[in-house]
Amino acid sequence: MEDTSTLILDIDKIRKDFPVLHQQVNGKPLIYFDNAASTQKPSSVISVIKSYYENDNANIHRGIHTLAERATEAFEASRKTVRDFLGAAYEEEIIFTKGTTESINLVASSYGRNFLDPGDEIMISAMEHHANIVPWQMLCEEKGLKLRVINVTEEGEIDLADFEQQLNPRTKIVSLVHVSNTLGTINPIKHIIDASKKQGAVTLIDGAQAVSHLEIDVQELGCDFYVFSAHKIYGPTGAGVLYGRKELLEKMPPYQGGGEMIDEVSFEKTTYNELPYKFEAGTPNIADVIAMKTAIDYINKLGKKNIAAYEDELLKYATEKVSKLDKVTIIGKAKNKVSVLSFVVAGMHHFDIGLMMDARGLAVRTGHHCTQPLMKHFGLEGTARASFAFYNTKEEIDVFVDSLTKITQLAK
Amino acid sequence: MSTINQIQDEIIEEFEILGGDMESTIFYIMELGNKLPDMNDADKIEDNIIKGCQSKVWLTTNLDNEHLKFNADSNTEITKGLISLLIRVLNGQKLDDIINADLYFIDKIGMKRVIGSQRSNGFSAMIKQMKMYALAYKGQKELRENS
Ligand SMILES: Cc1ncc(COP(=O)(O)O)c(C=O)c1O
Repeated sequence: MEDTSTLILDIDKIRKDFPVLHQQVNGKPLIYFDNAASTQKPSSVISVIKSYYENDNANIHRGIHTLAERATEAFEASRKTVRDFLGAAYEEEIIFTKGTTESINLVASSYGRNFLDPGDEIMISAMEHHANIVPWQMLCEEKGLKLRVINVTEEGEIDLADFEQQLNPRTKIVSLVHVSNTLGTINPIKHIIDASKKQGAVTLIDGAQAVSHLEIDVQELGCDFYVFSAHKIYGPTGAGVLYGRKELLEKMPPYQGGGEMIDEVSFEKTTYNELPYKFEAGTPNIADVIAMKTAIDYINKLGKKNIAAYEDELLKYATEKVSKLDKVTIIGKAKNKVSVLSFVVAGMHHFDIGLMMDARGLAVRTGHHCTQPLMKHFGLEGTARASFAFYNTKEEIDVFVDSLTKITQLAK
Repeated sequence: MSTINQIQDEIIEEFEILGGDMESTIFYIMELGNKLPDMNDADKIEDNIIKGCQSKVWLTTNLDNEHLKFNADSNTEITKGLISLLIRVLNGQKLDDIINADLYFIDKIGMKRVIGSQRSNGFSAMIKQMKMYALAYKGQKELRENS
């Protein structure tokens, strides 16, 4: 059969762009299948960071000298790229943060504290990452709100009937993961956003696992907030994004106080800067925000459609092979999935699986994946998870399946 | 019976056959874990859990004259294999010998690399706990003898 997607993406050439992939681990070629935890960085991203510090380093928005101008321009260029990447209407709807976690905390703190009243409700799902659970729990405790949790089916999909049943006029925020980091499930967020909006609830979508695989258009989705981290889209750690609808961001108070976010400060009264700076107090992570643009440019050059098609092919290939193995159960069998394959082996602790795979040069993630409630839902302590990116290959999956086969033979 | 160091040297020799290949080393350790008898469920209680290990490790002891006997189990096979090596070296040895043991075999068989930094804490916790038991028994004995 002709392999059409690999004709579009030249994987050999792509792999050359990622220096980290070319090494031996425990005497075997590294096979990096932990992309859902963090993706590797292409040379272009690495060199932009280096070049920034070598040539342009200055504080932004504050100086009129040439370096400050250059740094500011590059920083703001990144905002524009992110706007296009998410399909947002305005640049000032893009707030730079440390990452997904901080973005969610910002909304919980600034929106949640000021626009919710005791007895109001927040709705999340049973498949959320701790980053989309704990900030809301803290807010609920503080304000006397109720946290509702949408059920997840055995296949690992959102139970839509349960969602519709729980949604009510007191639901003020619906905060949902776009793609589950543990199961790979792509959630029907458009449907959920529409229904939530009808009830007057504000929606936040945790896009941490979605942005590297799916095309995102926040205007078409109609969500109020969309958040992600640069390190999961081939960019640096410590930089991320909060997209917020302008109308909402404008009425929200600042999250932190300090420099950058002010208009005028006196001891009597301080007036705040306009969007997006109101939410970007202090000197930001300039170099990494700039490099986020380079990462997005890289993805755009490959094309998300091509990426998705190739990753789908990898997932299908792996799923088919792993399904055939004795003692192995795949966790997460949703119809719509990204390239995440979570599994357990009967009679074998996931910790042992992780170690044995590492001995083979295979990097997989083991444990609860920061989704302990979801693990509890499935009655598991943890799983092993392989997650594939466009630089992975079927040959690598063959090694993975071979290692997994040996592991099942050892299982009691 | 063999001394602590004689047993350590035996183990080092056994692992040399594996030629430093990580996969074979891990598989071998897992086999050792497989062979270690399971502990009674009644002993797998919170009190017997060693704190500081990533996986669960239970450890019990009993003193037979001067000689300390260990029983251990874990919910992961590799950890069980690692403990089985520690038990093989320390089981039935005299209290003082356990307290003063220099466990050089760990490094020599490349186990440092196997257990890695995230797990070595747990591994040192195991060794520490075994030595603590020996110290405690010794303390008890001295108390009895002095009173
Ligand atoms: C679905 C999801 N949400 C949130 C996060 C948290 O992201 P970060 O640690 O980059 O803030 C992750 C990262 O693992 C994730 O997968």
